[in-house]
Amino acid sequence: MNIEQLTVRFGRFTAVDHVTLAVPDGTALGLVGESGSGKSTLARAVAGLLPHRGSVTGVTPGRIQMVFQDPYSSLDPRMTIGEAVLEGARTSRHQRAAQITRLLDLVSLPTSCAAKYPRELSGGQRQRVAIARALAARPEVLIADEITSALDVSVQGAVLNLIRELRAELGLTMLFISHNLAVVRYVCDTVAVMRGGRLVENGPVDEVVNTPTDPYTRALLDAVPRLAPA
Amino acid sequence: MRRLLRTPAGLVGTTLVAALLVLAVVAPWIWGSDATRINPAQIGQGSSAAHLLGTDALGRDLLARTLVATRLTLGLAALATGIGTAAGIVLGALPSLLPRGWGRCVVAAVDILVAFPALLLAMFTAVVTGLGGRGAVLGIGVALAPTFARLTHTLTASVAGSDYIAAARMLRVPRHRVLTRHVLPNIAEPLILNLAQSMGAALLGLSAMSFLGMGVQAPSYDWGRLLNDAFGHVYVTPSVVVAPAVAVTLAGLGFMLLGDAFAAAAARTIDPVGDAVLPDLPKAAAPADPDAVLEIRDLTVAFPGGVTPVRQVSLTVRPGEIVGVVGESGSGKSMTAAAIGDIVPHPGLVGSSRSRLCGVDLDTLTPAARRKLLGSCLAMVFQDPTSSLNPALRVGGQLAEVATLHAGATRAQARARAVERLDRVHIKHPEHVIRQYPHELSGGMRQRAVIAMGLMGTPRLIIADEPTTALDVTVQREVLRVLREVVDESAAGALFISHDIAVVGELCDRVAVMYAGRVVEELPAADLAADARHPYTRALIGSLPDMATDRSAPLTTIPGRQPAPGDVPTGCAFADRCALTTARCATRPRLVRDGQHAVACWEVS
Repeated sequence: MNIEQLTVRFGRFTAVDHVTLAVPDGTALGLVGESGSGKSTLARAVAGLLPHRGSVTGVTPGRIQMVFQDPYSSLDPRMTIGEAVLEGARTSRHQRAAQITRLLDLVSLPTSCAAKYPRELSGGQRQRVAIARALAARPEVLIADEITSALDVSVQGAVLNLIRELRAELGLTMLFISHNLAVVRYVCDTVAVMRGGRLVENGPVDEVVNTPTDPYTRALLDAVPRLAPA
Repeated sequence: MRRLLRTPAGLVGTTLVAALLVLAVVAPWIWGSDATRINPAQIGQGSSAAHLLGTDALGRDLLARTLVATRLTLGLAALATGIGTAAGIVLGALPSLLPRGWGRCVVAAVDILVAFPALLLAMFTAVVTGLGGRGAVLGIGVALAPTFARLTHTLTASVAGSDYIAAARMLRVPRHRVLTRHVLPNIAEPLILNLAQSMGAALLGLSAMSFLGMGVQAPSYDWGRLLNDAFGHVYVTPSVVVAPAVAVTLAGLGFMLLGDAFAAAAARTIDPVGDAVLPDLPKAAAPADPDAVLEIRDLTVAFPGGVTPVRQVSLTVRPGEIVGVVGESGSGKSMTAAAIGDIVPHPGLVGSSRSRLCGVDLDTLTPAARRKLLGSCLAMVFQDPTSSLNPALRVGGQLAEVATLHAGATRAQARARAVERLDRVHIKHPEHVIRQYPHELSGGMRQRAVIAMGLMGTPRLIIADEPTTALDVTVQREVLRVLREVVDESAAGALFISHDIAVVGELCDRVAVMYAGRVVEELPAADLAADARHPYTRALIGSLPDMATDRSAPLTTIPGRQPAPGDVPTGCAFADRCALTTARCATRPRLVRDGQHAVACWEVS
């Protein structure tokens, strides 16, 4: 997927300013930056949810799926998990059950979840359902917008593991958005740092993390809290 | 249903409406012949034994006629409500189906119709479509439609903004299916609630139309028509208007009350079941720590229904020390802070075997003295700085107020101190900032201003509940630095509550890890990385990726979920998620202290 000169304006305010990025097939690009840096706006524009200028090429329109930050508002409270997961899948009637089992299995949820409603699941389980729903549409690109920041720490780890497994299994191309550099470092191959709607640094994760060139990237890295080594 | 009958209004409304429905069904069978029997001998009479509420111009019994008219009145009202609702929902949903420009036109049209007086709209429609029952029903239906359209449109708009609609759009679900599958089911409840009230309004409107002669025409009759007929005699025999007037009033009241009760029942206010019960907490026998700014033993918070979010938590904070409390949501960490600050919401109960603040035993104080001590000794900083500052007042005034209120400072002194305190939390140009409003500050500045506000007195203890969770990492770093400096300089103690074990490890001196309402491990923060012993603490650390995490290995995960505060098992609460569980874990392990380190686990201590 190639993003070229993408610009999003809200009135006179420019939220994303001529961003050009390349995400080779099968790789994961991490997008980091602070609140207001335009990273979520960029994601929504790429997903086709916001009007924008510039182009997104290398991906069939409609084959981009997104997983949202808040697992509590991203599932329809009046739809069972099974219905939600199959919403985007084109499945004949007699294959539905098998398809639900396959999708839930993919995100390590028991088939018994299919008849439940979102309110009966925990935050981590809901996020898995949202991932399964996105995968059902066989996306060429999966956008994950802060998918772990509303989750508790112990659940966050499991969701990150799942993303890594899915990447290895399905060869997913991903745009992974997070304010947490450590999380991005763990999941992604390349990383792009945004500030004030512009791209300030962009490169392989190890390179950016170990030898940051931009002072802002350095400030971000310094601010990551870490446990004192014994 | 039970909820509906619990309030007096609900009970009255339900009874009235139920009685009306029964009447509508049975009245024509029972009194039908009385109502139509013409009796030339008893024309226009007042109340008598044979005709309780008198007779009309043809000598027909008015009470019987009123009772029989129930069916037609309710039927027409239901029909009008049906028309209004259907038209309203279609109008309200159209903007989400039509192209943008057309949608806006529909919204504008609805806005104009809402501004139009309803009865006028009804009469206009009735006149255009022809006088009579049909015209009146159509008229009232049209009059009801704009309100329903507005309600539908507002509700639709709020649902349309949710993430699941965005997800459906990306899954290429067609717009009409988004409407029928996602939007309508999620807005149905408030619409149905509104039905009962609309029914009342339709009934009143129809009666008004018939009374004015624009509704039901003879020989048919509804309550409004009966009133119209009787009105000519009202000065001669006043009792003739009683029956239809009372019927209209009661029916209108019944539907309105029922609508209110529906809405109240749907709001689902969870009523507490019984009272909160605290366990027996005998006074602590061990001597109190003379240096500690905060010493609590066996702090317990209980809510009705056996919900106990905090269970016998003991914490000590010494001067110049930051103690971290870390745990996931539902671990009781915030409730612990609330209990210390005496702000546990009603109907929660707080108990302890000892609670000392600044060397004073809080249990011996009167409520007033206790509030005074908390007000002068304790500063609290919360997650959302926006809600801690009054948006309508300037920053300086809010800070100064603390000093004038608690320390009796003059305005000039208080102002000078506000500037000095803002400077201390590294806010640039404090003289300028005190004249600004909270919304003019950035999130990090606001949180520092709240800390400065806490410092306006001379707090001995600062409780910070997730103070940096809403902030960006670079801003978080500054706020943490300010907190550390303040504690070092003023020798106050601090209790720092967070879900982020890395932040806690970096900032704090000692850390208490909470799980299911209890402290499961307490250790020096420096030991977190290498010497955490409790399996939960270790899993928490392992599940958090940091800049040195091995990218080829999966993160540690904890299966299952934390028990809710209402159903914590009697044994070790972590047992069913733990890899080390043995038979011993069916009994709850005590917190065993070994020097600086305390851990509640059978398998590691």
